[in-house]
Amino acid sequence: MSEAQEFKYIGQRTIRPDGFDKVTGRAAYGADLTLPGMIWGKTLRSPHAHAKIISIDTSKAEAHPDVMSVATFEDFVTLQSESVAGTEGASGVLDVARNCLADDKVLYHGHAIAAIAARTERAAKDALDLIDVEYELLPSVMDVEDAMKEDSPVLHDDMFTAGYDEKPSKASNIATRVEMKMGDVDAGFAEADIIVEREFRTPTAHQGYIEPHACTVTYDENGQSMVWCCTQGHFDVRTLTAKVLGMELGKLKVIASEIGGGFGGKTVIYQEPVALVLSKKSGRPVKMVMDRDEVFIATGPTSAAKLKAKVGAKKDGTITAMQGWMAYEAGAFKGSPMVPGVMTMFTPYDCPNVLVEGFDVVVNKSKVAAYRAPGAPQAEYAAEMVVNELAEILGMDPIDLRLKNAAKEGTQTIYGPKLKRVGLVECLEAAKNSPHYQSALPEGQGRGLASGFWFNIGGQSSVSINMNPDGTGTIVEGSPDIGGSRASMQMMAAEVLQIEPKNLKPIIADTENLPYSAGTGGSRTTFATGMAVIEASEKVVAQVKERAAAVWNVTAEQVEYADGVARNTAGEDSMTLAEVCKSAEKTGGQISGNANINARGAGPSFAVHLCDVAVDKETGKVDVTRYTAIQDAGKAIHPGYVEGQLQGGAVQGIGWALNEEYIYNSDGVMENPGFLDYRVPLASDLPMIETITVEVPNAFHPYGVRGVGETGIIPPLGAVGYAVGNAIDRKVEELPCSPPRVLALIQNG
Amino acid sequence: MAIVIFSSELQKLTGEEQTRVDAEVFKDIVTEISNQYSALEHDELMEMAVAIDGEIIHTPLLEKVAATSEVHFLYRISGG
Amino acid sequence: MAKSHVTTSINGQPQEFLCEPGDTLLDVLRNDLNLTGTKEGCGSGDCGACSVTLNGRLVCSCLVLGVEVEGAEVETIEGVSTGDGLHVIQEKFLEHAALQCGICTPGLIVSAKALLEENPNPTEEEARYYLAGNLCRCTGYDKIIRAVMDSAETLRGGA
Repeated sequence: MSEAQEFKYIGQRTIRPDGFDKVTGRAAYGADLTLPGMIWGKTLRSPHAHAKIISIDTSKAEAHPDVMSVATFEDFVTLQSESVAGTEGASGVLDVARNCLADDKVLYHGHAIAAIAARTERAAKDALDLIDVEYELLPSVMDVEDAMKEDSPVLHDDMFTAGYDEKPSKASNIATRVEMKMGDVDAGFAEADIIVEREFRTPTAHQGYIEPHACTVTYDENGQSMVWCCTQGHFDVRTLTAKVLGMELGKLKVIASEIGGGFGGKTVIYQEPVALVLSKKSGRPVKMVMDRDEVFIATGPTSAAKLKAKVGAKKDGTITAMQGWMAYEAGAFKGSPMVPGVMTMFTPYDCPNVLVEGFDVVVNKSKVAAYRAPGAPQAEYAAEMVVNELAEILGMDPIDLRLKNAAKEGTQTIYGPKLKRVGLVECLEAAKNSPHYQSALPEGQGRGLASGFWFNIGGQSSVSINMNPDGTGTIVEGSPDIGGSRASMQMMAAEVLQIEPKNLKPIIADTENLPYSAGTGGSRTTFATGMAVIEASEKVVAQVKERAAAVWNVTAEQVEYADGVARNTAGEDSMTLAEVCKSAEKTGGQISGNANINARGAGPSFAVHLCDVAVDKETGKVDVTRYTAIQDAGKAIHPGYVEGQLQGGAVQGIGWALNEEYIYNSDGVMENPGFLDYRVPLASDLPMIETITVEVPNAFHPYGVRGVGETGIIPPLGAVGYAVGNAIDRKVEELPCSPPRVLALIQNG
Repeated sequence: MAIVIFSSELQKLTGEEQTRVDAEVFKDIVTEISNQYSALEHDELMEMAVAIDGEIIHTPLLEKVAATSEVHFLYRISGG
Repeated sequence: MAKSHVTTSINGQPQEFLCEPGDTLLDVLRNDLNLTGTKEGCGSGDCGACSVTLNGRLVCSCLVLGVEVEGAEVETIEGVSTGDGLHVIQEKFLEHAALQCGICTPGLIVSAKALLEENPNPTEEEARYYLAGNLCRCTGYDKIIRAVMDSAETLRGGA
C-alpha cells in the first residue's frame, strides 16, 4: 500500500460538487421542505428539573379548532408490550422514547411532555398552553458530585451501579463504574522523583450547530412513512424511530436533508417519532422545527465532568506512573461517554503503569449526546495539564517531555491492543519546528500546548457507482455530508476510474436506495465510505475490462486499464471508458459496481496544538493571539477540507476552554439558552488558525486515510487552559476560563 | 493457538490475565471462553468489539484469528 | 386577526404578500415566498444566518417584521448571483473551501457583500468585526476571512 503513492487526482483542492447549491442558498436543509397540506408541530416542555407527572389533560387542546392532533408517551404503546420489553437493547430504546416524550417523570427542565400539530406554527405554540399537566415536584440534583453522594435524590429507582463485584442494594445515580489498568501504579509512583496531582472541572457544553433540529414527515393510511430530517445518520434515524414506534424498517423511508452542523449531536432522534405520531393521527404531513432555546435545553450537550489526574516521573523526564479518575454527567438517562474518556486519557504516553477509574452519573439535565471525540476532550484535558506542569517543574521543554514518552507503534494501550503505526512523534516534531513554536512568546502573553488522541472508527458503508452511457457516473453513497466529504468521494472514485472528478456525481441516497450505511461521525466517512467507493470503482473497472475483452476476443487479464482507457495488451485496440459505457447495452447491460462493506482498520489520529494568549488582567478577558493545529491525516484526500476539520475542531475547543458553559439557576433552569450568552467564538475573537497536516499513512486504507474530524477538539482545552495559567502565573483547574473565573484566579492566587 | 488477553475489567470475572484458545473464528472463541469461565456472559461478549493483532473490528462475528494472534475484547466506540 | 397586505421588492422583483402583524420578514421569506435560502439559526438576532439587506442596510430578518418592508427593497442570498454566474464572493468561498456544512454561508455571503460595498478595502480586523454577527461553528472562520479578503482584492481589480 501507500508509503509513497503518486496520485493523479487525490490531494487536490477541487471545488466541492455540492458547493454551488450551498453558496446560492439552493441547498435544502432540515427546515426547508414544505409539502401540500402540511401542518406544524410544537412541543410542550417541562418547566421543572425533576417531577412526577401525575396527569396530562390534553382535552382542551384537542377541542381547539386549529389543533389537528396531539401526542404523548401513550402513543408509543408498542414499547409497553412484553414482546419488546425483554429484547436486546430494550432499555436503551425505552430511554430514547422517554427522552422524546416523558413517561411518568420529567427529568430535566425542557423535557418534552406532549406535542401538538396545528395549522400554523404559531397556533401550535399557542395551543400548548391548553395542555394541563399536574406535577409532583421532586428535589433535583444538578451536579455530578452531589449526584454521587449517599443521600442524593435518585432519578431512577431501578438504577443500581454496574461495575462493582457485588450489585449494590441501594438505587443510585451512578449508572456504571469502570476501571482500566496496566502495570502497577503504586510501584510506578514509588519510583518517581516528581509527582504532580491536580483536580479539574469541565462544564456542560453544547455542540452548538447553527441549524436547529428539524423534520418534515408523512404517514399514510398503510403505515408507509417518510421522514425528511437533518441528521448525521438517516439509517440510524430509521432504526431508532422504527423501534420506538414498533414499525417495520421497510415502511419507514428516511431522507437525509443537507445538515447544518451536527458534531455528534445529530446522531440521535428527538422530534421524528413524535412528528410521525402527529402525522398519523391528523392524516397530514407534519413539520417540526426546534427553536434555539429548545436546542440548548432539550438536546444533548456533552458531559460536564469532574476529573483528577496524577502523573509521576523521574528527574530525567521518564514517566513512571499515570493515574486518572473521572465522573461524567450523563444527563437524565445513563450513557455518558465516560468509557472512551477512560480509554483515551493517557494514550498519547508510553507508560507501563496506568490506572484510570470512571463513573457514569445521571443528573437532572438533558441527556447528553455525542460531541466530537466524545469523552476524550475532558479526560485528555486533565492529563495534558498535569503533563505540562510536570514539564515546568522538571525544567523540560513540554514537547521534549512528550517526545521522550511518546506513544508509537507497539505501545501498549490501557484498553488492550498495542498501537499500530501512528503519527504522534511526527506531530510533536512538526510542532517543535513550526514557525509558531520557533517564535518568541510576546511579552506578557502565555503559551500552552497539548496533544490529543482519538481512535476513529470504520463500520458499515454501502456504495453503488452507476455508469451512464456517456461515461459519466453517479456515486451513490449513504453518508450525509457534513463537511465536504462528497468532494473526497468524487476524487477517490476518479483516482480508480482515472477520469476527471467532475464527471462523477456523488449523491447521498435515502434509506430506500441503498443498504444500511452507518452515520457520518466517528471520523469514519472519508475512511470507510471512501473504502467502499474505491472498492465499487474497482468493480466498475473490472467490468470495463471484461466488456472490452469480450469485444476484442481476449481475456480480461489481457486488458489493461489506465488513464481512463482500456487497452488490449495482445493487440492494438483501445476503448475509452465512455466508449465501453456507450456500448454496454450491447455487451451485457449497464455497468455499475457496488460495495457493501464493514470497514475495519481505522487508524487513530494524533494531534498537537499550540496556543498563545493575552490576558487583560483588569477584566479577565482572554484573547487567543496565535494558534497552530497539527494533526496526522494519514493521507489528505482534499487538503482544504482536512484543514477545515483541524481549524473547526480547534475553534470549538477554544470556545469550550474560554467561554462556553451551561449556567443553571437554583431551580435547575438553564439561564443562557441562546447564542448571546452561550458564548461561542466569533470571527472577531480569533486569529487565523495555522495548520500543519502530517501524513503518516494508515496501512489499512488503500490511500492511507485516517479520519481527522474529531481529534482536533481535544488539544485546545489543555493548550488554552495551560496558556491562560502561564499568562497569569496561576494554576487553571476549572473550565471555561471565562473573565469572572480568570479574575478570581488572578485576585485569589 | 491464539491468545485472548483479558482487560482488567474482564480479569475480575476470569481470575486470569489471559488464556489460549483452540477456536479460529471469533464466534467460536466466545463460545469457548464463556464455557471456560462461568462468569463470562456469552451474549455480552458477542456484543463487544475486538482487537485482533491491534486491528480494531467492531462487529467481528466471523473474524478469523491466526495461531499467533493476540485478541482483546473492547467496548464499542462510536463517535461524534 | 386580518392579515396585512404588503407590497415590496425582493431581489429587484416586485413582490406582494399577506402576513400576520407578528410575522417576521424571515417567516415571510421562508414560509410564504418559498425563499428558503435565508436560514433561521436562533430567531433572536444573535447568529446572522438570516442576514438580508433592507434598503441596502444589513439586517437580521428575524428582527424585522414582515409589515416593515412595505415599499422597501430587500435583497436575499437568492439575489446575490446575477444569473450570469456566481458573484465573486460566492466563487471565492468555493475556492477557499470557506464552507463545511454551509448553513451559515448564505448569511455570510450577504454580509460579506454588504461589507465590501461599504468598505472595498477592509483590513483583516475590519472584516472580522464586520462579520462578527455571523456565527459559524464548522470552519473556525479562517478560510471565510481569507475568501472575503481575496474577494475584496478581486473586486478592486486585483489578481
